[in-house]
Amino acid sequence: MAHMQSLSADQGHGSLRGYLAGFVLSVVLTAAAFWLVMHGAFPAQTAMIALSVLAFVQIVVHLVFFLHIDMSAGQRWNVMALAYTALAALFLIGGTVWVMHNVSMNMMSR
Amino acid sequence: MSNNTLSVSLDGGHGNHGSSDTVFGFWLYLMTDCVLFASLFAVFAVMSNQFAGGPSGKDLFDIGGVAVETAALLLSSITYGFAMLAARRGKSTAVLAWLAVTFVLGLAFLALEMREFSHLIAEGAGPARSAFLSAFFTLVGTHGLHVTVGLVWMAVLAVQIVRGPGLSERQLTRLACLSLFWHFLDIVWICVFSFVYLGSVL
Repeated sequence: MAHMQSLSADQGHGSLRGYLAGFVLSVVLTAAAFWLVMHGAFPAQTAMIALSVLAFVQIVVHLVFFLHIDMSAGQRWNVMALAYTALAALFLIGGTVWVMHNVSMNMMSR
Repeated sequence: MSNNTLSVSLDGGHGNHGSSDTVFGFWLYLMTDCVLFASLFAVFAVMSNQFAGGPSGKDLFDIGGVAVETAALLLSSITYGFAMLAARRGKSTAVLAWLAVTFVLGLAFLALEMREFSHLIAEGAGPARSAFLSAFFTLVGTHGLHVTVGLVWMAVLAVQIVRGPGLSERQLTRLACLSLFWHFLDIVWICVFSFVYLGSVL
């Protein structure tokens, strides 16, 4: 019985406070991203970098507070799979953009 | 007989271990879904300047509407969280109520998205207009399709809970998997509103 409880505690912790904290942080980060663009006072490149940082932080907030990903031993394989997927996505998107940018530069199609 | 054996092995000592394997397996499915979305984002990134003389994101996107969609999805994330908290305390009526709220918010999101799509198509900015719009409709449409599947799944779980309000271990496992799915879709939406909508109107 104790064994079962520790397993279900591993699966889904998360408390009312955790969900509310995650929600408030997400609202602030989302509002900041929309404000940044609607305000329109920043050069496009600066704004793009700021948007990327805000999006990354919000993804981490969602992973921690809503999906309850953490570094505990019970979640090692969840985190490993996530890390591998993030790496694959990075190669996929970064590689595609890099290659296609070179293609359009060398073919002078842009 | 074999049916009996199956139910014993499901409800027996390994029941809980089995359910944690189920959640992990579902997590791995989500990771493959993540790669699917990554490839659609890569396509969008490459095609985001290919307007073929047609309208750009700046001409088309209504950022106010996107903000409302974002709010609906973000709220639905926390209301699903409340459903999970109620489920862990065994309160099936509260679970049903929070699932209903989440369902309505998800439906509102979909309705807004459908309205946006039909506006775009009516303006002549359908998926066939340019590579940019093809990539846009494919990416955002795939996300919308996932939300639709999530809503159907949510309705099925709600019916199961109405018919068996005891909240068995299996029902909790199913709720936990849908929880991962629903929060995952919200994460994909963060990338959609940041890079597709906001990035296009900069």
